[in-house]
Amino acid sequence: MLAKRIIPCLDVDGARVVKGKKFKNIKDVADPVELAKLYSERGADELVFYDITASNENRDIFIDVVEKTAENINIPFAIGGGIKSVDDFKKVLRAGADKVSINSAAVKRPELITEAALKFGSQCVVLSMDVKRNGRHWDVYINGGRINTGLKALDWAVKGQRLGAGEIVLNSIDSDGEKNGYSIEITKIISEEVSIPVIASGGAGNRRHFLEVLKDGKADAALAASVFHYGEIKIADLKEYLYNNGVEVRSDF
Amino acid sequence: MITIIDYDVGNIKNVYRAFENLGLDVVVSADKEAIKKSSAIILPGVGAFKDAMENLKKYDLVDCIKENAAGGKPILGICLGMQLLFEKSYEDGEWEGLGLLKGDIVKFSGDLKIPHMGWNKLIKAKEDSLSNDIREGEYVYFVHSYHLNPQNEDDVVFWTYYGKRIPAVVRQRNIIGMQFHPEKSGKTGIKLLRNIKEMMK
Repeated sequence: MLAKRIIPCLDVDGARVVKGKKFKNIKDVADPVELAKLYSERGADELVFYDITASNENRDIFIDVVEKTAENINIPFAIGGGIKSVDDFKKVLRAGADKVSINSAAVKRPELITEAALKFGSQCVVLSMDVKRNGRHWDVYINGGRINTGLKALDWAVKGQRLGAGEIVLNSIDSDGEKNGYSIEITKIISEEVSIPVIASGGAGNRRHFLEVLKDGKADAALAASVFHYGEIKIADLKEYLYNNGVEVRSDF
Repeated sequence: MITIIDYDVGNIKNVYRAFENLGLDVVVSADKEAIKKSSAIILPGVGAFKDAMENLKKYDLVDCIKENAAGGKPILGICLGMQLLFEKSYEDGEWEGLGLLKGDIVKFSGDLKIPHMGWNKLIKAKEDSLSNDIREGEYVYFVHSYHLNPQNEDDVVFWTYYGKRIPAVVRQRNIIGMQFHPEKSGKTGIKLLRNIKEMMK
């Protein structure tokens, strides 16, 4: 049986990990390479580095961080943030990343998904989508949750798969940073509709939230940041809890 | 010295590093002389079967690999590199592989999420030096949409289960294939590579 994955996400600015709440009030945490090693040794199944760097100078530092991370861990990791072209894909993949996630750039130019999938394979193209509920619908937002694209979340997920995405990260803006649980409903709708893995993101506050989204939400993996960074949840404890509640997880790390 | 064959298929830095970390003398090359001189060959690979075979042909490496394999040199195919060791793939068409081992590469069927992506269990098929120190049910990291249909089940060292049982590790004497990424499979991956290192001595 394929194990459900637990994925810590590290927001990185240059060479520092930070964590924002609802994309605001950014707070500094730790050295990304050290944190990646720690998570890898303590049972993370995969990591995501989200590049929130604004300046070009820091972007070079970030690539350096990707290289150092690849040298230090032997679990897969993905890079997201600021990826706009096939060249950007090449840069981070060459630095040692296994997957690349695209968000706003894919909305603006959906062909990017296909171009990257043809060049590097679908397995490394992750479509990341920020979604928010408006009445009965879930809409796709871009630019850090500031702009409603008018795209419906399910339509975009299905289209993304058709264009060649190999995986979807579904980030719920409503629940992000709130620690009240993942958005189960939309996760389940999308996970049941697409035939590629879906990673739920946004809202983890306790172990039960992970169980809910992996069981009821049908997610293939659950991503979280602050609960891990601040030591509120230990991955080993979380996995033991999930296993005891009937979720297949990798426990030999 | 071992050679990782460099034929423009995906990032091989991580494979390189994994072997280097085991204290092995590794080179990355598409040079036939280097391959001939090396004590073992690693055939990595990410991407499409057809493109990978075309690249092997472009670098004129098909016969070189076959000759080295026939001479008894250990050869390890990883992920797509494992699939290339077989006779034929049905990935978007019908393509001939290296044919060092017997079997076809076919698409997963049934109600499954594709690619088969993530950590899955190794299920022991037979005793082999490759499985030293590996307990039943240890996890390794897979990423693939096609799988091997082996002609000789005797070649299978480990299965994994995804919809049905599929080969995870195959071996016939000096020819070894791993469908998953040992270089991305944590401690279990390192143990497997260490077993290969022992075999190469």
